[in-house]
Amino acid sequence: MGNKKGIILSGAIVGLISVLLVKLGNPMNMGMCIACFIRDIAGGIGLHRAEVVQYIRPEVIGLVIGAFGMAMFSKEFETKGGSSPFTRFILGIAVMVGALVFLGCPLRMVLRLAGGDLNALFGIAGFVAGILLGIVFLNKGFSLKRSYKLSKAEGFMFPAVFAGLFALLMAAPSFIFFSKEGPGSMYAPIFFALAAGLVVGVLAQKTRLCMVGGIRDLVMFKDTYLLSGFVAILVFALIGNMAFGFFKLGFAEQPVAHTDALWNFLGMALAGWGSVLLGGCPLRQLILAGEGNTDSAVAVMGMLVGAALSHNFGLASSPKGVTPAGQIAVIILFAVVLVIASLNIEKSSKVEMKGDVKIG
Amino acid sequence: MVKVDARGVSCPQPVLLTKNAAKNNPAEIQVVVDNNTAKSNVERFLKNSGYKSISFSSQGDDYVVTAKK
Repeated sequence: MGNKKGIILSGAIVGLISVLLVKLGNPMNMGMCIACFIRDIAGGIGLHRAEVVQYIRPEVIGLVIGAFGMAMFSKEFETKGGSSPFTRFILGIAVMVGALVFLGCPLRMVLRLAGGDLNALFGIAGFVAGILLGIVFLNKGFSLKRSYKLSKAEGFMFPAVFAGLFALLMAAPSFIFFSKEGPGSMYAPIFFALAAGLVVGVLAQKTRLCMVGGIRDLVMFKDTYLLSGFVAILVFALIGNMAFGFFKLGFAEQPVAHTDALWNFLGMALAGWGSVLLGGCPLRQLILAGEGNTDSAVAVMGMLVGAALSHNFGLASSPKGVTPAGQIAVIILFAVVLVIASLNIEKSSKVEMKGDVKIG
Repeated sequence: MVKVDARGVSCPQPVLLTKNAAKNNPAEIQVVVDNNTAKSNVERFLKNSGYKSISFSSQGDDYVVTAKK
């Protein structure tokens, strides 16, 4: 129980910081959204030209640097990689496309519910369904194979890239895009956003906060540790939203959301399934990448490219609804994830050999 | 005693391997992991599965989690 206090407190802080970020300028229910913010960064550096979602989000930079700093401080920084990197890249794309059809990562899904957006319920149902699908494959022996220790320099690359992004944000050269209207034009002051990211990055590194892990561990191991962080975010964001008068219960006219229940469900199912196979939600991938896990760094790059593709090909939803292209993409990516999940199942005897499980 | 080598595999596989090894309820389990996350996840799982005495030792860069009923 003593252990759980840390993650509940962290979840509470993440929930409250998220509401505060909205108060200070972020779009509604988007205090902290990994999918939306990576999408904005993709736009900020010109990988897509959707003019309403372009901004280099300092929150994400803070998350990475905070996790990096905390890992260095607690001597947990360890460079490793080589566990099916390109497969992880593709899964990153699938998770992002699914999240952008729903309009939010698993973290924003919880924040949307905490703001009274009931469409998030279909997202959560889909998310759980996707996780259950992933668990079926995990239990069958799904594995992206082991990772290996790599040189420290390799692990420093990812945090260095994000430090570089911060330099670009501050210098604001003409080739960097800033939205003049829409969600990308709404943001909290840079240094507050950076500090918020740093705090959440430190806490998430320390507690291993993970939205996918919460439900996965409950189902697989009857373990409620990670789930308690998930619930704490929901409860405290709800309290914060009530306090600031942001809470608005209903389905219609919710901020940066659409009411298509089926596609909210399917989008999040795809994101949940892909995330289980990756070993963690988009937030967790960012934190792991900050800790030196270059497999997660590759997954994040997949998300970045997935975001760019989503907007270049018109896959991402908008408050007007889901696009036909987005629907086709989700179906195709379900098939892709199914192929990935099936091809990476090791026969149980083989798992034991590779994992060196010796019984006796 | 049942031994599990869970080095190099990512979340949640260390716990999954431990779960498989704990299936027949052995009196003692030893799990080798290579990072702190796996170490605390495996520890939590073993505690939840009724192993009372859990100890840790280092083996180079790796951790050995030993659990007894």
